[in-house]
Amino acid sequence: MIIFQGVHKWFKDLHVLNDINLHITSGEVLVVCGPSGSGKSTLIRTINELEPISDGKLIVDGMDLSDKSTDINKLRAEIGFVFQQFNLYPHLSVIRNITLAPTKIRKMSKKDAEDEAMLLLTRVGLADKRNAYPTQLSGGQQQRVAIARALAMKPRIMLFDEPTSALDPEMIGEVLEVMKDLARSGMTMVVVTHEMGFAREVAHRVAFMADGIILEKAAPEEFFLRPQHPRAQQFLRQLLTPMQAESNGSNFSHHHTKEDVK
Amino acid sequence: MLNYKFDWSIITSGQYFDWLLSGLFTTLKLSAVSIVFSFILGLLIAVMRMSHSKPVRWVALSYLEFFRNTPLLVQIFFWYFGSYKILPMFVNDWLNETGFEFAAATMALTIYTSAFIAEDIRSGILSIPKEQMEAARSAGFSYIRSMQYIILPQAVRITVPPLVNQFLNIAKNSSLAMTIGVMEMTYQARQVESYTFKGFEAFTAATVVYLVLSIVITLLVNTYNEKVLKVHKAS
Repeated sequence: MIIFQGVHKWFKDLHVLNDINLHITSGEVLVVCGPSGSGKSTLIRTINELEPISDGKLIVDGMDLSDKSTDINKLRAEIGFVFQQFNLYPHLSVIRNITLAPTKIRKMSKKDAEDEAMLLLTRVGLADKRNAYPTQLSGGQQQRVAIARALAMKPRIMLFDEPTSALDPEMIGEVLEVMKDLARSGMTMVVVTHEMGFAREVAHRVAFMADGIILEKAAPEEFFLRPQHPRAQQFLRQLLTPMQAESNGSNFSHHHTKEDVK
Repeated sequence: MLNYKFDWSIITSGQYFDWLLSGLFTTLKLSAVSIVFSFILGLLIAVMRMSHSKPVRWVALSYLEFFRNTPLLVQIFFWYFGSYKILPMFVNDWLNETGFEFAAATMALTIYTSAFIAEDIRSGILSIPKEQMEAARSAGFSYIRSMQYIILPQAVRITVPPLVNQFLNIAKNSSLAMTIGVMEMTYQARQVESYTFKGFEAFTAATVVYLVLSIVITLLVNTYNEKVLKVHKAS
């Protein structure tokens, strides 16, 4: 579904992606983690070409991104992207945020698009907010609308760039719940996140990045129990330390989601 | 001055009143047409100015610098005295039928003001976080469609106060059209003055008309603004 072959990316002299080789299959949920500045956001942003790659080969849903003739707008319509800062359109109501792309790009009728949007809003638990404006919603609600907005295009791939990092702790759970549901439904997902509870529960693989290099790719149980690379060991130790005081080290999560309590 | 007898009746009824009234209508028409077209042209130039294509940016920048930095009066004279020599015959014929003075004045006012409006809108566009463009592009919208549906609607809203200024300038600058014989408000006031020597009354009337016109424009735009801006007030 997504194939990186020897992908490099430079910002001027800064080597932000260094020889990335990664094969993400259909239906796979991949969590990308690593310290800040490791290039994980850049990595996920290359998949829908918000960041063009400098060298190598990147094939997404059968389309070659290094090929100039690839219709990038067409490809992007098949990929949902969820941002750290939600980025809802502030001048449009919740329902219009969701129906804009389906009506304008997919040429759906207004009624069909709205029916579809209401199903999605119900799914993320915000059916009563259809006429609200983004500024009237909490961060967690905005992010759930953003997920619904991305899903409204019936994407084949969903990308999440630190979707819970800008949220207050008590709102992280509600967004993760929506994402877990999505993962279980068989969606192909790439998720940049520090939420290790999420990774343990629904990820098929975890990729650990540092300094633009993927240092480790492993199944979550493997990665969390037996991290191979010293940088990965150090990273996990740092994530664990603050929580051990809070929850006796019984889980890897920053906070108590429902699953953590079990 | 003390011996001067004010006679307001000449401007409140009769022939001179009709002249002033027709002047008012011409001013309204000239302003309204110029406001609409300069706004559309300004939007276009602003978007061109921010295009990824260098030649397109260069064309927009030349346009801006050329029309912002030459006097409006010179531009009016240019379109009136100069343009018929370079325009095709059938355009000239058509302009003569519709009133060449009016067309030249509208042209000059529209183009001159569009350069200022373009800069105001551009600063509005620049104030929209770049993540909005990223969100729109990620959804599959092209650059132009992203501008149309997501960036410009937000940019225009915050550009409203400077836009009001430009619209007021159009209404007031339209008085320069009298220099090429457009029979607008100022032209008619001058006319009344030369027939009656009642300059004080005639130009008081013109002053009041411009004042009221400006206040009405401000109120209209602000009311519209409040209606669309209610969204942002919620925050």
